Amino acid sequence: MIEPHHECCAHHGHHHELVIENLTVSYRRVLALENVSLATSCGNRVALIGPNGAGKSTLLKAIAGLVPRSSGTILWRGTAVKKWSREFAYLPQREEVDWSFPITVRGLVEMGRYPQTGWWRKFSADDTAAVDRALESLALTDLQDRQIRELSGGQQQRTFLARALAQEAHVLLLDEPFTGLDRNASQLLGDLLAKLAHEGRLVIASHHDLNTVPLLFDEALVLATRPVAFGPVTEILTPELIDRTFREPATRP
Amino acid sequence: MEIDLLTNPFYQRALATAGFIGFANGFFSGFVVLRRNALSVSALSHTMLPGIALGIFLTGALSQWNAFLGAMFAALLVGLGSVAVARGNRVEQGTALAVLYTAAFAAGIALLPKLDTRQELEHWLFGDIIAVGNADMWIAFAIGTFTLLITNLLMRPILLTLFEPNVAAAQGVPVKTMQYLVFTLLVLALVSSLQAVGCVLSVGLLVTPAATVSLLTDRTSALFWGGGLIGGVGSIAAVLLSGKFGIAPGPAIVIVLGLLFIAAYLFSPKYGLLAPKHR
Repeated sequence: MIEPHHECCAHHGHHHELVIENLTVSYRRVLALENVSLATSCGNRVALIGPNGAGKSTLLKAIAGLVPRSSGTILWRGTAVKKWSREFAYLPQREEVDWSFPITVRGLVEMGRYPQTGWWRKFSADDTAAVDRALESLALTDLQDRQIRELSGGQQQRTFLARALAQEAHVLLLDEPFTGLDRNASQLLGDLLAKLAHEGRLVIASHHDLNTVPLLFDEALVLATRPVAFGPVTEILTPELIDRTFREPATRP
Repeated sequence: MEIDLLTNPFYQRALATAGFIGFANGFFSGFVVLRRNALSVSALSHTMLPGIALGIFLTGALSQWNAFLGAMFAALLVGLGSVAVARGNRVEQGTALAVLYTAAFAAGIALLPKLDTRQELEHWLFGDIIAVGNADMWIAFAIGTFTLLITNLLMRPILLTLFEPNVAAAQGVPVKTMQYLVFTLLVLALVSSLQAVGCVLSVGLLVTPAATVSLLTDRTSALFWGGGLIGGVGSIAAVLLSGKFGIAPGPAIVIVLGLLFIAAYLFSPKYGLLAPKHR
């Protein structure tokens, strides 16, 4: 199932590293993220966990270049990412997407090729092949002519993953991908993310269900505006830490 | 009698203008339907009236140019104003737009008695395509061509932005620029149909064609080309029919487009009310 064109660490000796240093983001005057640092490499699945408002979505958006950073740097494969990178793909929360938009599954996946084709160039045989491969690898070939609202939640999630694959993205940034999926669909998506990581991609996802973190992810970053802990899930998900992070903050002074 | 009509230069000009405006605005209606902002288009169209009134008030005369410029100025001011107010996060854009456009409309009504061109103003409210002069026709052609050219050149970034601005921005699309651009083109398209259907009915040309197509297909590109086709053919047919039924061409255009929409709503093979249930 490994794609022939994908040149990443699964078939090379070296690792592609994502290094975030002292990332700080403020919305207007409110601090949303403060001094977040982490280093990971492709092949991993990283969970972002923390209470509501901890900055999980903000971190994903900051990596994708959707919100301006107040300070800090993001290095991908040793090069600073100024604003956005073609190798990063952002997958929005399902409720943020207008599913009644008149577009088919294939049309949505084709949008992933636009960074390659630019604004005008026609689709080449390569582009078409990339779209076919992406659909194939996420088992969407039979559904490619469906309007996107006619899909189940898991299929919708897969369509956006296919768009990211068509873009040949190496870093997948997913905002709450498991929210609203039933058990089967969750399991299927979990297997897919494992496969994508195994093929050499870096998967970073915000996640709110602590029980499933060890099953679905390799590493976790616990956030509460500031980073609380980062490391392999088995090491950092200790009861004390979870208790400390998710404890309701005192509302009265 | 009909033969006479068709050889009449006024009538020919009216048909050409109707067909072209119908096509250009029908094409653009695809974006309005995708952006789900038909209501703001309606608000903007009402803003053109006080704009025209202001144009007359300032220059003291009603001419093509000050009417066009006044309408465009007012629509841009109110539209961009609502975007700016909404950026404060306190007032939602729809709310801001409703406040600003009714205020502008009220100002227009207050201004009207001070003008002595009320009779002609009616012509801008409801349009009069038979009275289209050469200058009007060329203005409409120029605006339509410009709109078609820009939207076709920037189709991909615009579509990415309209579908999901966050994903688009993550792919490097200048989302803000695209949003302002679509908005500006929208105002231009509204102004271009002033002469044909007037400021109130111009909304019909900018919403109905693609709304009809959206009932017939899931292909995004069909919204634009299909919308253009329906807009163009529908407008020409309406002008031809309006003589027969003795109604004004402007309303006739919007009525024909409305009837086509209802037909699609009822009979669309996939989404029609009378379609066999497939789920």
